[in-house]
Amino acid sequence: MPTAEPIARLIEEFSKLPGIGPKSAQRLTYYLLQTPAEKTEALAKAILELKQNLSLCCVCFNITDTAPCVICRDTERDHSKICIVEEPADILPLERTKKYQGVYHVLHGVIAPSDGIGPDELKIKELMARLGDGSVTEVILATNPNTEGEATAMYLQTLIAPLNIRITRLARGLPYGADLEYADDVTLTRALEGRQEM
Amino acid sequence: MKLPRVYQTEAIIIKRIKLGEADRILTLFTPDYGKLKAVAKGTRRTKSKMGGHVELLTHSSLLLARGRNLDIVTQAQTINSFMALKENLKRMSCGLYISELVDSFTEEHIENRDIFSLFLDTLHHLSEAKNNDIALRYFELRLLDYSGYRPQLQKCANCNSPIKPIANYFSSSQGGVLCTECGYQEPPSRTLSLNALKVLRLWQNCDFTTASRVNINPELALELEQTLRDYIKYLLEKQVKSTAWLDRLK
Repeated sequence: MPTAEPIARLIEEFSKLPGIGPKSAQRLTYYLLQTPAEKTEALAKAILELKQNLSLCCVCFNITDTAPCVICRDTERDHSKICIVEEPADILPLERTKKYQGVYHVLHGVIAPSDGIGPDELKIKELMARLGDGSVTEVILATNPNTEGEATAMYLQTLIAPLNIRITRLARGLPYGADLEYADDVTLTRALEGRQEM
Repeated sequence: MKLPRVYQTEAIIIKRIKLGEADRILTLFTPDYGKLKAVAKGTRRTKSKMGGHVELLTHSSLLLARGRNLDIVTQAQTINSFMALKENLKRMSCGLYISELVDSFTEEHIENRDIFSLFLDTLHHLSEAKNNDIALRYFELRLLDYSGYRPQLQKCANCNSPIKPIANYFSSSQGGVLCTECGYQEPPSRTLSLNALKVLRLWQNCDFTTASRVNINPELALELEQTLRDYIKYLLEKQVKSTAWLDRLK
């Protein structure tokens, strides 16, 4: 059955998205066809504005619609603490905890030698420039606790250590709600090393 | 014979790429099935039961279920996590470098037990060794052996004449040492000092304990590194990407 051109086009666009196959794309398209015009317009507008107004913050390289970003502009926050994360998406869960009042720095990746990604491909030069003026007292390394994240953290440590800035790493151990039975020995070793008085 | 639906194997994880929301595609190197790719579901979630057991450079025991395209990892238990290797930037980088070499020199589903034990042994050596250079060079030379690219070091790879105990040449395209006359006529070949030749010959035929006893000065270490690196680059027809990072760490 030949499909009307606009429908076919939308189905094709949807199926390019991650996790959406041709069947889900069809369902989404026909769903949108039934929704009132103002709702589809709102969606279209949201998609358009996503790219038009967003850029990278000139200070922390988070994705932002203002320059600098909301977090970097906030004078209430502690600008002497910088938390280093791999991706902009990593800021969200940290912010949700409401326990961190410092600012961030997004590296946009990790050191991955076998993919040819070294320090020059990351925002490391920019980080060092930020640390250069002496106003920062603590750097929190919040790269992922896996091989590449650790490599990046260790490399950053060698760079930052001479600057006499306190360097900390997010604790590594058992996640809340986990099961000891399934823990791997690296996690358990770290959990034992980092055990705390009750 | 019908293949069983699930099968067990040990494996070293040599590569991981993200898949979908929380999954990963792992590249495994196993003793029985050679290199293979498998999906590890949910391993990017904090509470994944498998996450830590399928980290890069981990030796694990796995249970896999056959899938239509890729097999699926259903259970994982660490055998050795190589913590000493991962706690040191230089050692970890060497580990990542040899993983990339194994990945580049092997094809999927082709068993090669020699490479598996060499790989595993080298990860142990790197965790302990003070001098990573010897472990890396020994690994490279042996890997070439087991992949069918053993360099000819006994006689001239071009004219078969015996090699005189003087500085000779090494040719990547001929896959071995060249006598002074042949080497002179083939410009892309590089000079190979007598000491370097002796060390390579020894390493080709001895175990790692003997290999690590050799005293190597920085100049000789550089010559061996460059010679093997050129040869590997010629064979793979590309630069091994991790070398840039290793050079930077020096």
